[in-house]
Amino acid sequence: MRIGIPAETNAGEKRVATVPEVVEKLIKLGFAVAVESGAGDAANCNDDAYRAAGAEIIDGAAKLWAESDIVFKVAVPTRAEVELMREGGVLIGFIWPAQNPELMQQLAAKKATVLAIDALPRQLSRAQKMDALTSQAGVAGYRAVIEAANAFGRFFNGQITAAGKVPPAKVFIAGAGVAGLAAIGTAAGLGAIVRANDTRAEVADQVKSLGGEFVKVEYEEEGSGGGGYAKVMSEGFQQAQREMYAKQAREVDIIITTALIPGKPAPRLITAGMVQSMKPGSVIVDMAAERGGNCELTVPGEAVVKHGVTIVGYTDLNSRLAKQSSTLYGTNLFRLAEELCKTKDGVINVNMEDDAIRGLTVIKDGEITWPAPPLQMPAPVAKPAAKPAAPAGHGAAAAPASAGKIALLFIAAALLFLLIGAYAPAAFLGHFTVFVLACFVGYMVVWNVTPALHTPLMSVTNAISSIIAIGALVQIAPPTLLGLDRPDGWILGLAVAGIALTAVNMFGGFAVTKRMLSMFRK
Amino acid sequence: MMSSSLTSVAYLGATILFILSLGGLSNPETSRRGNLYGMIGMTIAVLATVFGPRVTMDGLPWIIGAMVVGGSIGLFAARKVQMTQMPELVALMHSLVGLAACLVGFANYIDPIAALNLSSAEKAIHEIEIYVGILIGAVTFAGSLIAFGKLSGKIGGKPLLLPGRHFLNLIGLLVVIAFGYQFLHAETIDAGMFALTVMTVIALLFGIHMVMAIGGADMPVVVSMLNSYSGWAAAATGFMLNNDLLIVTGALVGSSGAILSYIMCRAMNRNFISVIAGGFGTGGGSPAKAGGEAQPAGEVVAISAAETAELLRDAKNVIIVPGYGMAVAQAQHAVNEITQVLREKGVNVRFGIHPVAGRMPGHMNVLLAEAKVPYDIVMEMDEINADFPDTDVSIVIGANDIVNPAAQEDPTSPIAGMPVLEVWKAKTSIVMKRSMASGYAGIENPLFYKENNRMLFGDAKKMLDEVLVALKA
Repeated sequence: MRIGIPAETNAGEKRVATVPEVVEKLIKLGFAVAVESGAGDAANCNDDAYRAAGAEIIDGAAKLWAESDIVFKVAVPTRAEVELMREGGVLIGFIWPAQNPELMQQLAAKKATVLAIDALPRQLSRAQKMDALTSQAGVAGYRAVIEAANAFGRFFNGQITAAGKVPPAKVFIAGAGVAGLAAIGTAAGLGAIVRANDTRAEVADQVKSLGGEFVKVEYEEEGSGGGGYAKVMSEGFQQAQREMYAKQAREVDIIITTALIPGKPAPRLITAGMVQSMKPGSVIVDMAAERGGNCELTVPGEAVVKHGVTIVGYTDLNSRLAKQSSTLYGTNLFRLAEELCKTKDGVINVNMEDDAIRGLTVIKDGEITWPAPPLQMPAPVAKPAAKPAAPAGHGAAAAPASAGKIALLFIAAALLFLLIGAYAPAAFLGHFTVFVLACFVGYMVVWNVTPALHTPLMSVTNAISSIIAIGALVQIAPPTLLGLDRPDGWILGLAVAGIALTAVNMFGGFAVTKRMLSMFRK
Repeated sequence: MMSSSLTSVAYLGATILFILSLGGLSNPETSRRGNLYGMIGMTIAVLATVFGPRVTMDGLPWIIGAMVVGGSIGLFAARKVQMTQMPELVALMHSLVGLAACLVGFANYIDPIAALNLSSAEKAIHEIEIYVGILIGAVTFAGSLIAFGKLSGKIGGKPLLLPGRHFLNLIGLLVVIAFGYQFLHAETIDAGMFALTVMTVIALLFGIHMVMAIGGADMPVVVSMLNSYSGWAAAATGFMLNNDLLIVTGALVGSSGAILSYIMCRAMNRNFISVIAGGFGTGGGSPAKAGGEAQPAGEVVAISAAETAELLRDAKNVIIVPGYGMAVAQAQHAVNEITQVLREKGVNVRFGIHPVAGRMPGHMNVLLAEAKVPYDIVMEMDEINADFPDTDVSIVIGANDIVNPAAQEDPTSPIAGMPVLEVWKAKTSIVMKRSMASGYAGIENPLFYKENNRMLFGDAKKMLDEVLVALKA
């Protein structure tokens, strides 16, 4: 099948849907590639380069659209472009179906199959390679910092030179999405002090990892809205956030705003008053300008100076880095082509069973299939649920044993007792009773000892076990009974030795326990 | 002279005091009182016996002499012993109890008074009591001596595993039973004495064999198990002498020791039954074989004392995990000083104690208490394990197996399933160690190769002193 790359027709759009390096790879997949003459000129890719890569150069959009089975585009197609489209053709590019219902109808009327790269289920990890939103946002974030540096009258990094000390620029970045993170990394790389904020608390680590400082809004609310976007926050939170922004505005030299909420106008973060409070010469780059802007004074598409602050509202940041944007976008589309053409024979298969493809496909053979059913997968892991406490710690084994086990234990004990009761003499039974009860008392008493006291407990029980001295004591000189042949000498020797041994234990054990316990203090 | 009833009442009082003593030791607040109860109880018991009806005044000089000799040795040892040598001392003392039980048993057997006026059934029971009492005493004695040797380093820590050792133990048991039968049917004292002596020798060998087969890392369990045995020896002697005080006290000590070892076993994920029976159910796969597992991937990153101090200074939450290495290096005082310096700086320093850290239950707590570390910042594993992810720096001082992530991550590891302190979850973990050698369990520790782990090589005391100097600078 033939892939067609038309020149973009939107004013100011300099990107192109593929670059010569990617054309080679598409051809290896079995596709033929046709490029409209001059399509890549603005992105530093001339016709010769495409031709060298194996693409056919076609003059005129009408011919290209008519002769292509599949069309790769960047910007949302215009009405005129769709008119040119072949009946039953395939279109891949940005569509934004929610914002462009008429376009959708028009495409459906053409019996087209349309894959909207913006409808990609981004939470699928294998979809990341096709995520053009991310790749384009990264480029835009980089460019935003470059624009800011361009408009800013000073160095970004602090320097101590013979001509004096230069303080580093302070940059505040509102919104730590892909664009925000790219901006953080770029600004930090230039040597600025970077601070950033986001309503989603989980990105704090990412901010730090790129060299930024995460500024928290002192208000408890979780702002993750799924799919990597933020959600609208409560009034209380917004109040706290405004105060934080006002404070940052007074302190920093550069503000870059990237805050977007899907399907809604961009939130107003920077008021005119805040702009006024900034130092003269400061810069604001409003990356949300296309959707109304995060700053009240933004003029979309232009850079204006208000209250001595340059406010950059360019909506074409990607076109200002056309070659880079095009290369990344082209690669995203190539990865998508790979998914569509697993057989590598140049024939695509729009497999609606595949979660990623299903999400992307907004029109299938003239039938609108948008929106795709929500993915059956665990919510975009807000935070791994707190791990259950340490397995089988003290708690687990202390849990009551099962009824069956207990019953078995009781039966065994009953049998044992029966046996003893049947054969043992009465005197023994008395002692036996005492013994068993004492075992239970020991169990009850010791069970709750704090582990810190295990050693003292052991040394005290050790001292107490020298009670065996009693056994030796009673043997040393019992009241004599006449007529008994008693080996007194032997017994005396053994008993004296026994007493001496246990005395070591008795005195030593208590003394050492005392010594240990006197060391425990709060 | 006290009457028989008076002695009995005194014994009852002593029993109650002993129970209170053990109960008191379950809490630091009441522990000192508990020890005092124990002393009073012991004094009452001894005095009541000496002045009771069963001892005439002729024996007094002997008793006083033996008490003075033994007592002064005991007091001297108690004063001189280093806190780090506590496990050895306790093991040695257990052996004394075991030996005393043997001596009393033998003396009782040759004493005709003991068997006076006994019916034949009673006589049989009495002799069984003697036999069992000496058996337990001898096992305790020999086992404790070996434990002492292992703990003090006089005997190597590696387990000695004889071929067919369970078989050997079984034969020993059968021989003991056979001679027990002979002993019960012996016509004369001399004939019985032969059986008794053979049994004692076998019991001694069994005691040696049992503890030799246990690795050094399992010593906490062994020490508390021997503690329990010494209690049972006392109880058996009590049966032999018809003395309830001995029975009760022995049973108290025996069951408390057994419970302590049970707690230890759970902490190490071992089977309690196989420990009490000896030999530690390491039946088939010996730990040595497991050394063949894949070398953990990654690089070991060393760190200097100055860098460690730097990390600590910037930290907000620090958890220190001490192990046997701290005891060996006598580093507890340096640890305390560092703790104080950090706490003054507002750093939240806490200690995480693994139940089997060291060579005896609660060993680390005693050492830290000696160094005057306040006990309310010394936490148990269960209390502190969940806090590691919020910790900036965790310092492992001379511990290895108790912080080995393989216990959780590698189901084939010999220590798989043993609860461990999750130090690697802290932002940075620092392991102080003399070398890369593996711990007592003889297995590699993947912790050392983790990305956020740093190794501070050297003697723990020397390194901690350097860290302290750098911290104060």
